[in-house]
Amino acid sequence: MRNLIDIVDLSTGEIEELIAVACDIIAHPDKYSEACHGKKLATLFFEPSTRTRLSFEAAMYELGGNVLSVSSSSSSSAAKGESVADTAKTVSCYADIIAMRHPKEGAALVAANNASIPVINAGDGGHCHPTQTLADLLTIHREKGRFDNLTVGFCGDLKFGRTVHSLINALSRYENIRFVLISPEELKVPSYIKRDVLKKQGFSYVQTTDFEKYMPELDVLYMTRVQRERFFNEEDYLRLKDSFILTPARLKRAKQDLSILHPLPRVNEISVAIDKDPRACYFKQVKNGKYMRMALILKLLGIEVK
Amino acid sequence: MNVDSIQNGVVIDHITAGCGMRLYSLLGLGALDVSVALMKNASSKKMGRKDIIKIDADIAIDFDVIGYVDPGATVNIIKNGKLVEKRVILMPEKLTNVIRCKNPRCITSTEQELPHIFRLTDKERKEYRCIYCEAKAGR
Repeated sequence: MRNLIDIVDLSTGEIEELIAVACDIIAHPDKYSEACHGKKLATLFFEPSTRTRLSFEAAMYELGGNVLSVSSSSSSSAAKGESVADTAKTVSCYADIIAMRHPKEGAALVAANNASIPVINAGDGGHCHPTQTLADLLTIHREKGRFDNLTVGFCGDLKFGRTVHSLINALSRYENIRFVLISPEELKVPSYIKRDVLKKQGFSYVQTTDFEKYMPELDVLYMTRVQRERFFNEEDYLRLKDSFILTPARLKRAKQDLSILHPLPRVNEISVAIDKDPRACYFKQVKNGKYMRMALILKLLGIEVK
Repeated sequence: MNVDSIQNGVVIDHITAGCGMRLYSLLGLGALDVSVALMKNASSKKMGRKDIIKIDADIAIDFDVIGYVDPGATVNIIKNGKLVEKRVILMPEKLTNVIRCKNPRCITSTEQELPHIFRLTDKERKEYRCIYCEAKAGR
């Protein structure tokens, strides 16, 4: 049995396998409609989420499986003080696979260490969110057809944004990627990521507070939201939340084949006017997330569809 | 300054000067009811100054604690007044319940029963990170 806690748990070969399965699901959905018949996915969400939980649940239903769901900690035994370890052991008695979101960092690892069924980390605080990264990778793959020789801009909250850290980690395993890190001073990529991932592996990167300077060079622009829930101090949040907003005017100098990604939800960092721009890929990304979760569920349950 | 030699016990030698107290504390030596000597700033040909800990009892020592606090220190096991084993202690790959994760967002901050486990992530910088949240261990 295997789990997915961090995107680096998957080799590049395994990611390519998942992408191949996801593309096959997109091309032949009927082939997969009963693949998980009789299997149950438990979605344990101890932190608010719309997209990720629905995406997992839709993924399981489209594979012909069933879903058991906990949608907030107040409606589960966690409210009575049950530990993550005990919850994981208990749910293992009911379901075949778990997708868990928890506000505490490392909660998914604790669940995986105690469950007797595969555990998927659907977000553990500000730490990891590997299935979002799988959605991001499938989107880049489908839009660009490659993971190498790309200039990828990350913009917004690069300090607390777990999706940013995971995607940098995932992309740093490919050749000739150039990173452009755009953020206010207070929300820069943590130094350990620059040191352990970017510098160690000899990647070229620039850090800037100037949103437009590198726009013409970008192949992919990954926008992020400044997340209220990651701040201990409301004042800091209010001061930084509107730091970088993508508008049609700012896109004027961008490449015609730029792909704009965002893990969503969006607050106001991408103007709604951009939604009609063919370069906006964030709603396609949502759909891609579901396909990658379908491929992942199949892989972790050991189900192969011929 | 001299401390009597011991018959059965453990001598932790070649401790970097200044690290002895921390080692004493993390090894829980204050709680033992046997003779324990901590010598600070003893002169050393090799190191200039060093700390030494002598424990006059045949007790199990957690080598991982020594390897974390001061890799390169040596442990001498004494039996019947003779040196029976000498070990240079290296940095352990994993630390279990030696130090605690201080990240308030880490799952260990709310689930008290969990073991606090750290993994060596950068040998050169002697850097350990929590296996749950990847926060760096504070030294």
